[in-house]
Amino acid sequence: MNATENPLALPNIDRRQFFKLGGGLAVAIILQDVIAFAADPSGTILSPVPSGQVAAWIHIGEDNMVTVFTGKVEVGQNIRTSLTQQVAEELNVDVSSIKMVMGDTDLVPFDNGTYGSLTTPQMGTQLRHTAATARQALLDLAAKHFSSEVTSLKAAGGMVSDQKSGKKISFGALTKGQQILIPISKQIPLINPAEWKTAGKTTPKVNDRTFITGGHKYVSDMKMPDMLYAKILRPPVYQAKLLTVDLDAAKAMSGVTVIQDGTFIAVAAASLRNANSALLAIKATWESPDQPSKAQLFEYLVKNARETEPETSEIKQSLTASEQQHSDTYTIDYIAHVPLETRSALAQWIGDKLTVWTGTQRPFGVQQDLAAKFDIPKENVRVMVPDTGSGYGGKHSGEAALEAAHIAKETKRPVKLAWTRKEEFTWAYFRPAGVIKVKSGFKKDGAINAWKFENYNSGNAGLKPQYRIPNQQNNFHPSLTPLKQGSYRGLAATANAFARESHISDIARMIDMDQLEFRLKNLDDARLKAVLEAAAKSFGWHTKQKRKGCGYGIACDYVKGGYVATCAEVMVTEDNLVKIVRITEAFDCGAIVNPHHLEHQILGAIVQGLGGALFESVDFENGKILNPNLSDYRVPRFKDTPEITIVMVNRTDIAPSGAGEAPIVSVAPAIRNAILQATGTALRSLPLLPTGKLERS
Amino acid sequence: MILTINNIRHEVNIDAEATLLSILRDELDLTGTKYGCGEGACGACTVHVNGLAVRSCTTSAGSVVGKSVTTIEGLETNGILHPVQQAFLKSDPLQCAYCASGMIMSAAALLREKPAPSTADINTAMNGNICRCGTYPNIVKAIKLASTILTAK
Repeated sequence: MNATENPLALPNIDRRQFFKLGGGLAVAIILQDVIAFAADPSGTILSPVPSGQVAAWIHIGEDNMVTVFTGKVEVGQNIRTSLTQQVAEELNVDVSSIKMVMGDTDLVPFDNGTYGSLTTPQMGTQLRHTAATARQALLDLAAKHFSSEVTSLKAAGGMVSDQKSGKKISFGALTKGQQILIPISKQIPLINPAEWKTAGKTTPKVNDRTFITGGHKYVSDMKMPDMLYAKILRPPVYQAKLLTVDLDAAKAMSGVTVIQDGTFIAVAAASLRNANSALLAIKATWESPDQPSKAQLFEYLVKNARETEPETSEIKQSLTASEQQHSDTYTIDYIAHVPLETRSALAQWIGDKLTVWTGTQRPFGVQQDLAAKFDIPKENVRVMVPDTGSGYGGKHSGEAALEAAHIAKETKRPVKLAWTRKEEFTWAYFRPAGVIKVKSGFKKDGAINAWKFENYNSGNAGLKPQYRIPNQQNNFHPSLTPLKQGSYRGLAATANAFARESHISDIARMIDMDQLEFRLKNLDDARLKAVLEAAAKSFGWHTKQKRKGCGYGIACDYVKGGYVATCAEVMVTEDNLVKIVRITEAFDCGAIVNPHHLEHQILGAIVQGLGGALFESVDFENGKILNPNLSDYRVPRFKDTPEITIVMVNRTDIAPSGAGEAPIVSVAPAIRNAILQATGTALRSLPLLPTGKLERS
Repeated sequence: MILTINNIRHEVNIDAEATLLSILRDELDLTGTKYGCGEGACGACTVHVNGLAVRSCTTSAGSVVGKSVTTIEGLETNGILHPVQQAFLKSDPLQCAYCASGMIMSAAALLREKPAPSTADINTAMNGNICRCGTYPNIVKAIKLASTILTAK
């Protein structure tokens, strides 16, 4: 198309006609408040446009405010900030003139969800291309406006200026608030990260003041006129069948509505206290089948696995023919995400239209689930995700949304449901448990010849080694899971890295080679070797004198565009108490978008990784979670945090990748390998120290 | 029952067994104070009662009658943020920030007792506050910054 002549595609249309294009919807753009519940859900919509158009992602208002639309959600990764920076960079505007609309299914283009460390590489790139196209459109419009050549124009600070005449015009005066209906061009060059002025720099968390004054409304904080609080009757154990239920006492309580739809039983009341009392007044009996307990877990996972591929004769042969061999089995417990904000939803029906505010990583997935449950078109369902109290892969689903919407439909009132901590521990899902069997064959000089790696149940992410191994077989065997399992930060890469990196350090020890040297010898990838060397250098791997009882451990991996290496120092006392003295981690995810917030992601992954490494474990028996609360399920706290040093490798020559997951995977094996060096004890299970004390072998 | 919260007297018609957290959040719409665990194990619900940090989820409303309750919403004075809030704003330690109110309230109570705490003091005083995003070292830095703001006064 000829953008110079027709830069906004609809230049002659007046505002009234233009807005009619949006299917007759009123276009009172309450963008500053779209995720606050004050807005009438039916009246806030810009006309929908195909996602190939600039307008689907970026809108420049007459007031110069830039509104960005994305299906990604903010759960603490600070992507509201990093995406803002990337748009600001390409448009050459200040971050304060950008407003992000995130995770609102009525306003943003479809998105699969916020997971897989995809926000930076995919959404960041999408928005950079969109902003670059918008910038070009503004230059074209200004050229027409000034009757000058595009080459003499410059866009900066929300203005286009003509270098020759000195004339200026604001972005808003150019767009007049119209949508930019131009296809996004990937041909317009993006600004090279090496030249970034806004992206690439530390920028404070967007809306930071609202978070430190208690003003931000998480879903669990939201209220609406006429709203009811709901509680759900939960079975005492998994797979329990309701035998009898007596609802009379609850029904007799004033202001309480009891909902019974098959086995779904809930209560709703104008106050949470009354809803709680009503729930307690329900008497129910249940029966449940015998179920596997934690004591039999690993045996159960192997026994019920679907073997995907038998050991090949090549692998068998190469293992047997190796100078030396090693084989071991590693286990990984179920762990819980424990997002500090539990699953919450506020649901409101107006006729057959449903609006739900909920904390989920997949707003469009939840929209689909809601539409299916209530048998309505998904266009009738609006899901909105205000900045949420974390997810870590644990909020891919929309349980609270479905339940709140169900009760709201029955009561014909807006309904809020916020899960208790016990519900979150019991009825959400866990990081999968797993059994990993590893066999290896190698030479005394440190060359690995054969590698057989089998993961039972925990998953196939990061299954393959980065090491140079001529004969290898890596298999994932899905199994039956006694507990509901799902995504967790890094997926199975954490389990697989634990088994692999433990095994690698075992081999190094068997041939009396330094763990770092052994890795460098068997790796080809320059970026992976570079982070290993960067971590080791900063840590003082070769230079710092070890104190008595101390050991060093190292581990590395490549996950979803991120290269990570971790060094750990532990001290083990004579009575077997283990102290993590310090952790150094080097990380390379290409060009850094926001150094301070990248450091947050790495730091957070290390600290969260400490929990899974050392003590986190879901205990269960015959269908019941035995530690469904924070006094029994231990998560890392201030005193658990060792001295942490982070080395960030800024590769401005490489497009940025995500950072939410990779930095967690090497924490556990680095600690495990440090314990190995300190004591000679080769631990094989996560968590490493469930009792707090090392059991020496 | 009359409760004094953020220097305002509130008449609350609820039984004395109700938790302070439920009064704050559900009756008075002071939702800056968060629910995290309901058993005083995570610190998200921390408020001040007569200047001391308490877990509002395990504190009955009746027990604070006649005392002065401060929540995150009442921490700033005359529109000026508390030094801990200023320090959190400046050092930007947070990720999802759901723990922020409880962290700030615990830190403010600590600094009132001990204006120049060591790292060990901070780790001990703050150990009851969970940040699942793992920002602890950043929060320690923020509290130290708050300490310098306070002691410079």
